Amino acid sequence: MPFYVSPEQQMKDKADYARKGIARGRSAAVLRYDGGILLVADNMSRTLHKISEIYDRIAFAAVGRYNEFENLRQAGVQFADGRGYAYDRRDVTGRALANAYAQTLGMVFSESLKPYEVEIVVAELGETAEDDQLYRISFDGSVYDEGDYVAIGGQVEEVSRVLKERYNPGSSLATALGAAMQALARDEGERRELEASSLEVAILDRAREHRTFRRVHGARLERLIEESRGAAGANGDTSGESASGDDTENAAPENPDSDTTKGGE
Amino acid sequence: MPRPFNRATSSIVDYLRSHHPDTLPFQGQVPGGVDPTDVTPRATTVLAMVYADGVLLAGDRRATAGNVIASRKVDKLYRTDEFSAIAFAGSAAFGAELAKLYRVQLEHYEKMEGHALSLEGKANQLSAMIRGNLGMAMQGFPVVPLLVGFDENRGIGRIYSFDIGGDRNEEDRYYCVGSGSLFASGALKKMYRPSMPQQETVLAAVQALYDAADEDTATGGPDLGRRIFPLIEIITEEGHQRLSEEDVAAVARQVVAERSQEPDGPTLDLG
Repeated sequence: MPFYVSPEQQMKDKADYARKGIARGRSAAVLRYDGGILLVADNMSRTLHKISEIYDRIAFAAVGRYNEFENLRQAGVQFADGRGYAYDRRDVTGRALANAYAQTLGMVFSESLKPYEVEIVVAELGETAEDDQLYRISFDGSVYDEGDYVAIGGQVEEVSRVLKERYNPGSSLATALGAAMQALARDEGERRELEASSLEVAILDRAREHRTFRRVHGARLERLIEESRGAAGANGDTSGESASGDDTENAAPENPDSDTTKGGE
Repeated sequence: MPRPFNRATSSIVDYLRSHHPDTLPFQGQVPGGVDPTDVTPRATTVLAMVYADGVLLAGDRRATAGNVIASRKVDKLYRTDEFSAIAFAGSAAFGAELAKLYRVQLEHYEKMEGHALSLEGKANQLSAMIRGNLGMAMQGFPVVPLLVGFDENRGIGRIYSFDIGGDRNEEDRYYCVGSGSLFASGALKKMYRPSMPQQETVLAAVQALYDAADEDTATGGPDLGRRIFPLIEIITEEGHQRLSEEDVAAVARQVVAERSQEPDGPTLDLG
C-alpha cells in the first residue's frame, strides 16, 4: 500500500529514533590531559569494550548499540591497518578515519530504513599536545572537531556541562579522570558513585613509543581514582553538591563549543 | 571505506587479499635467464640466543647483490609486537615486506580479537606466510626468518627457526641463519651457556657476528671507520628493547681491539 511521507519527516523520525536508542545507554567522555588523551566509559563489562585501540596513535570510543559500533570499530581497524600497510604508518590519520566513519554513518542514515544508534569519538594523539585531535561523529554522519574534551551518549548535555565546569586544560591524568568521573556520575539524571569496576579507562600516552594505547585497570586504576579523590579534596571540591540542573530533555546531543561540519565532507 | 560489514576477519592478509590484492607481496613471476642474486640484494647473518632473562636477536648490517655490497646499513631486525621480533636472511625485498606484513598481521589479530596470539600461534602465522613465498623462493628469492619472543605464560624467551617451505622448529639455545651462519654457529657453540647474563650474551653475539664476517664476504663486520655496528634487540618480561648504538659500539670496539691482538678470537683452554 503506497503512501507518502515527506523526506523531512522521514529524516526527523530516523533522527528521533537514533537519539532515543543512544539515550538508553550510558555515556563516555574523552579528555586531553598533560601526557596525552584519556578515554573513560561507564561500562560494567570487562570484555565488551566501548573504548578500543585503532592504530598507533588513534583510539575509538563509542556509545549506543554494541553490535553496530563493534562493526564500526572492526572496520576502522581494517581501514587503518590496510592503509598503514599500503602506505606508511604515519599516513594513518584520525581525520581520514573520521571521514570514513562519517561517510559510512551518513550513508546508512540516509539510505537504510534504520539508522545506526551510535555515537563515536575518534581520538588522535599528536606529536605535541597542539596536534591532538578529537572528532565526534554522530549517528547521521555529522562530524564535530572538538576541543579539549568531548562527551557522548545518554545524558550528554548534563555530562558536558559538568565536564565544562570541572575540566582544566593541561590537568594531570588523575585530575582529568576525576573530572570525567564526576561528569559521568551525573549520567541518567541522578548522581551515582562510580567505582573502578564500573569504569572502562584507557589512555593514549604520549610518552610511549610505537602503540600509545594502554588500558588502565586493576590496581593502577584504583590508585588513580584514589589520587583523583585526594586532589579533589585538597581543592576543597565538594563533589557532592546537587547540581541536577534539570535541563529539560531536548535530547539533541549538540556540543555548543564544537565546530560543526554536517555530512561526510 | 569499503562496506566491510559483511565479513569480519581477524587476518589482515585475508582482508587485503579480498580488498586490496595489489598491496600483497609474493605474487610475481620472475623472467628466466637472470641470476636473482645479482638483481636484488640479499641480507645475511642473523642470530638469536635464549638467555636467563629472555631472548636476544642480533644481525649484521650488510646486504649484497652478487659480489657487490648493496648496502652497509641494512636493518634486518623487526620488532613485531611488544613481546616478539623477527630477523631474516635471504631476499632483502621480500624479507622486509614479509616482516612488515607479519607485524601488521599480529597487531591486527590482537586489535580485532581483543587479545594477542599465543607465541605458538605467532610462529604458525609466520610459517604460513613463508610458505606463501615458496614460489618466489624457488625462483631465487628465499626468505629465511628467525622468530624470537618472550612467552608470558611460561616466563621464558623462545626461538623459532624456519625453512623456506615454512617448516618451523623451536630452538632452545641459539640459532643462526644466513650465509655466515655456519661460522656464527661455530662460535656460539663454543661460547654459549644457558645461564649467561645479558651482557655476556651481547658479547657472544658480537663475537659470533665478527667470526661470520671474518669468513663470509656477504656478512659485514663492525665498521669502526663509518661507525656502523651490529644491531641487537632483547625481549624480556619487560618487553622489547633495541640496545642503544653506544652500548653495542662499546662491545664492538672491545671485540675489534681484542681481535687485533688475537685475530681468531678468544681460545678455549682444553686442559
